[in-house]
Amino acid sequence: MTTLAGDNTFNDPARRAPLVLNHDDFGSVTATICSVHEARRAPLAWYVAFVISLGFMSILGIMILYLFATGVGVWGNQNPVMWGFPIINFVFWVGIGHAGTLISAILFLFRQKWRTGINRFAEAMTIFAVICAGTFPGIHIGRVWVFYWMFPIPNQMEMWPQFRSPLLWDVFAIGTYFTVSLLFWYTGMVPDLATFRDRAKTRLTAIIYGILALGWRGSVRHWHRYERAYLLLAALATPLVLSVHSVVSFDFAIAQVPGWHTTIFPPYFVAGAIFSGFAMVLTLAVPARQLWGLKDFITMRHLENMTKVILLTGSMVGYAYMMEFFIAWYSGSMYESFAFLNRAFGQYAWAYWIMVSCNVFVPQIFWFRKARQSIPIMFCACLLVNVGMWFERFVIVVTSLAQDYLPSSWDYFTPTWVDLLTLAGSFGLFMTLFLLFCRYLPIIAIAEVKHTMPEADPHGNGHPKEASA
Amino acid sequence: MSDLYGLLAEFETPAAIHDAAKRVRDEGFRWWDCHTPFPVHGLDKAMGIRNTILPWLVCAAGATGTMIGFLLQWFTNAASFDIWAIVWVRGYEFLVSGKPVLSGPVYPIVMFELTILLAAVGCVVMMFGLNKLPMLYHPVFKSDRFRRASDDRFFIVIEARDPKFYRAKTEAFLESLGATAVEELEA
Repeated sequence: MTTLAGDNTFNDPARRAPLVLNHDDFGSVTATICSVHEARRAPLAWYVAFVISLGFMSILGIMILYLFATGVGVWGNQNPVMWGFPIINFVFWVGIGHAGTLISAILFLFRQKWRTGINRFAEAMTIFAVICAGTFPGIHIGRVWVFYWMFPIPNQMEMWPQFRSPLLWDVFAIGTYFTVSLLFWYTGMVPDLATFRDRAKTRLTAIIYGILALGWRGSVRHWHRYERAYLLLAALATPLVLSVHSVVSFDFAIAQVPGWHTTIFPPYFVAGAIFSGFAMVLTLAVPARQLWGLKDFITMRHLENMTKVILLTGSMVGYAYMMEFFIAWYSGSMYESFAFLNRAFGQYAWAYWIMVSCNVFVPQIFWFRKARQSIPIMFCACLLVNVGMWFERFVIVVTSLAQDYLPSSWDYFTPTWVDLLTLAGSFGLFMTLFLLFCRYLPIIAIAEVKHTMPEADPHGNGHPKEASA
Repeated sequence: MSDLYGLLAEFETPAAIHDAAKRVRDEGFRWWDCHTPFPVHGLDKAMGIRNTILPWLVCAAGATGTMIGFLLQWFTNAASFDIWAIVWVRGYEFLVSGKPVLSGPVYPIVMFELTILLAAVGCVVMMFGLNKLPMLYHPVFKSDRFRRASDDRFFIVIEARDPKFYRAKTEAFLESLGATAVEELEA
């Protein structure tokens, strides 16, 4: 049997780096991952984090109630910045979600087996982020009691949605994205729920996980269709994830506002989304692997790979920032040129430079191997990237609207306390859902991790030194 | 004693069940199955399972989505006749800035989203449907040993209804394949 040292960060092309450390049989893999859920008590840090998250989630609830009772005037959205925090937060949260789908779908198609350590909770993160994202346009529509007007529901008033509007495309894009992500997540989880069912210690948990597992019994006839379905879902989710943030960017790019009306927006938004999403995955993975002793599955190599993706996408975002400036100058349009110069040196210069520092300069630290393998450095860098990506959306939304064509209609946008608390509350909602997920559902894809172990290869006599595929 | 459902044989490694499955297939059994905690590479081929029809069904579901996406936008934004959708409803010719009501360039986005939506939903529903899941009861669940099928053990089940099934002979056969344990399953 392979007893593997605790380091898999070597760069020797002749050796395949192990993805699971210190486990050479399937039983111990199951036991370690299930111990997260089976422990009688969660770690103290979980309870502390859960109470704090619940607190923030209640704040979100109170803010929404206050908003419904009073009206959207409680926000800082004012002429000319009619799109304030709700849209910023919406774009931010949708972007966070993208890393999950990238890991689960695109890396699957590229046969990146290291994805198995992190795909489950990255997918969970996607779903919770999309829930947070969906909340904001939902409460922004003003007359929330007629929210169903967004959908083409048969009615006798000849009243239908306007399909030329990018906002309606969003309804379809986000709706599809949420549904497909949820299906992907759940389908991937069914075999692991069966593991939970079979290990359940009480009748109640056996029944609950039994129903969730749909009676999965690991039949190879089932696995055959299951694997095909999983591949198809990955193939469907890949163009979908690229389309979702493109459609979100159309909200801006289709408009005539200087600073928004650019063709670079779709790829630029997608790169930024993956960038911010990976930063969020790392922000969550680092404490989670520490707290529940999952360092053998979410290894340093996994973290290092993610920092490389962050470096790549961060540089793509940096390139997009430069290209925007170049095109603004090259277009010869004085409004475009002004919009960009104003972003960098105008009244919102502080926000612009927070964005550039966090998104372009900070990730460059990952050129260094030491930084890629240092937990404190990567954790801080990822927090800064999260901040930077929120400010990117702030810069795009607010600076463009605050000063567009007519100086007589310019103004300075200031968020209200309701704006700030609603944003903070959305993090509470996100973290509450995430902590519940960690405690009650399989946090790592047990079956998929086993599949990537060298011991899983039937052609290697059970225990080869290196996997053949 | 209740009816015999079949025999359950336990194996310890993917390699062992892979070899055993080939022998069971070659022996000519038809009503049998393997149960593994993860998809063992090549085991479906070793069992002689034919490719699933699922991709074609998913393709059909996706194409349906594309059609619905087009018809939906055309009817709701560019038509003015009645159709029956639970109630009689009429489309609306949405005129914006004098542009053509049938706005081709904006349709592909919603058509694309609905293609993906229907294909993905169809994929999951049909995958579980073809697998006859959810099915919360199955004879294998009566076996305590079988709990490890979702953990670290690999099982072959040969059903009693198979024409080649003979209680003693099949048990001896399974043992000869290197099974670490063989037990009866009640129906």
